[in-house]
Amino acid sequence: MSVLRAGIVGAAIALWVAAAPAAWAETIKIGALLAVTGPSSFLGGPEARTLEMMVEQINAAGGITGKKVELLLRDTAGNPEKAISLGKQLLEEDKVLAVVGPSSSGETMAIKKLFEDNATPLISCAAAEVIVNPLASWVFKTPQNDSSAAIKIFEEMKRQGIARIAVLVDNSGFGKAGREQLQKIAPEHGITIVAAEVYDAKATDLSAVVAKIKANAEVQGVINWSVVPAQSIVVKNIRQAGWQVPIFQSHGFGNIKYAEAAGVAAEGVIFPGGHILMAAQLPDGHPQKSLLLKYIADYEGRYKETASAFGGYAYDALTILRRAIEIGGTDKAKIRSAIEGLRDLPGTSGIFNFSPTDHNGLGLDAFAMMTVKDGKFVPYQGK
Amino acid sequence: MTSELFLQYLVAGITYGSIYTVVAIGFNIIYNTTGIINFSQGEFVMLGGMVAITLHNFMALPLAILLAVLITMAVGAAIEMLFIRRLRSPSVLRMIIVTIGVSILIREVALHLWGSGVRSLPYFIGNEITTIKLGPVFVSPQVLWVVGTCLVMVVLLLLFFQATSLGREMRACAANRVAAVLCGIETRNMVTLSFVLSAGIGALAGAVVSPITYSQYDNGTGLAIKGFTVAILGGLGNSLGAVAGGLLLGVVEAFSVSVVPLAFQDAVAIAVLLLILFVRPHGLFGSGATAAMKEF
Repeated sequence: MSVLRAGIVGAAIALWVAAAPAAWAETIKIGALLAVTGPSSFLGGPEARTLEMMVEQINAAGGITGKKVELLLRDTAGNPEKAISLGKQLLEEDKVLAVVGPSSSGETMAIKKLFEDNATPLISCAAAEVIVNPLASWVFKTPQNDSSAAIKIFEEMKRQGIARIAVLVDNSGFGKAGREQLQKIAPEHGITIVAAEVYDAKATDLSAVVAKIKANAEVQGVINWSVVPAQSIVVKNIRQAGWQVPIFQSHGFGNIKYAEAAGVAAEGVIFPGGHILMAAQLPDGHPQKSLLLKYIADYEGRYKETASAFGGYAYDALTILRRAIEIGGTDKAKIRSAIEGLRDLPGTSGIFNFSPTDHNGLGLDAFAMMTVKDGKFVPYQGK
Repeated sequence: MTSELFLQYLVAGITYGSIYTVVAIGFNIIYNTTGIINFSQGEFVMLGGMVAITLHNFMALPLAILLAVLITMAVGAAIEMLFIRRLRSPSVLRMIIVTIGVSILIREVALHLWGSGVRSLPYFIGNEITTIKLGPVFVSPQVLWVVGTCLVMVVLLLLFFQATSLGREMRACAANRVAAVLCGIETRNMVTLSFVLSAGIGALAGAVVSPITYSQYDNGTGLAIKGFTVAILGGLGNSLGAVAGGLLLGVVEAFSVSVVPLAFQDAVAIAVLLLILFVRPHGLFGSGATAAMKEF
């Protein structure tokens, strides 16, 4: 019996040794602070799954400059306090080279100083402009700026001759930040906000507030800036009120589920979206096309769920880090300056052009105006 | 305010009110039989919507809703038999705490089954932009469905509790459980029946409001809070009171938007509730004498 058992154990060990890849000379430790659970899991979930998939692919292809990538993924549950303590752990105990995340802007702002003090690169997957403006020398972010989305919307409004608008935002951090940007930028584009309302993320029906803004005869267009499902209720209620006003949504509408939830009411809604929503329609030879199609196919094949812009933020963060390590090696300061020197790097959100003063690296062209036609997102061709 | 805008607010208020009422009625049935507030009522509403949406992939809408109601009724029965019935000393407070626990349990199971995305049933008539023009105002036909369901439910429940012996036996359980037992009423089965009935009513509510409000694993909680408010406002246990309370709250919420920003809508609603409870602690149609005989 014991001989048999020893044999089995021996065979298992032999198998395990044989299955282990060729011994890696060195490993590169990359941390990730993502909201895999909790209310922001719609961000952190796809981000974490994207990173796990990419690290596997990178290691299967021989790692980064021959070194194996070790991903230390920590779940912050969207909680800034947890992000701080897990961030400290990654820096002090695990001694990671760089960190991807966090998923939300609130968490990123909470740990910004920690990474400045520890001189370690942090590439955030959160959108708020304050993450990189004012500039922090070790902090970068991959999603497009809110102000870019606002400018794209206002430019389209000017083209359509819309000057007086109503703004509806949800009461999440995304909605509040959007409202500030819209109010700040509107005057520069000659647009007046004549009505502004905030709705609850858990609202069940918004026909009363729609009646209120519809009664304002000055309103020529509506911006509905939100990242929660209630944004679809606004769209429905506007059309149910028999109001054919042009509706503009934010990039937070860029999830086909929201268009599906609004059904035929979503037809003709105009919004700025990343190229990931229209990968198949991009012209051949567009620098993002092949990488977007590959990422979408890989992700959807593996996880059986629609690839989103959110997972793309993590994809871009790791891609940037990988390129910077290839250039600067495993020295933190060299990685940081390598990121600042990256030019024309295609990612899922756009083509990154970093500089010592621009830690986002994306311009207005990272957004394309899109619309909903027959229940699908398509590039907006103008009126 | 133009008369047109006034009417449009009124219609919005009736929409809100009927959604709240249809949820509130479920609270009243269990309260009428057991004297407890069932805090998993919102989860019955959520289940009704979610199960109907899932079944609608395989069958016609009316059949999907009917099956969803039956399945949720079975869940209601299971909850009562697995948790409430097994309590050693079933005090009102303990039963209430059990229902809170059950609500968390159902929510988590729903999260695992359906994920965190929103879904909805299709509009029963027309689609997302269909409206009926009543004079100067626009109404979605789904709102009429909700109002209609609400009215039918209230009438049937009134008849059931007043005119059938089963209904009277259920009320007897709440009025005085010991006396009910002495009269030969099987009180345990009456409690089970009340859970089954309110689960069914909750599920039907969840299905008819789903096209308007959407369904999500955790949207029952928000609806239940509003429904609970309405049930208290109208007087706990009183279905007609729930209708009046629901319409009042809905109309107040809708008109509040015309004077204060939308963000303060809930604050206005709660202020009205507090004000009414100061003047009439047992709700608009509740009776102090009846309430004094209950533990809760």
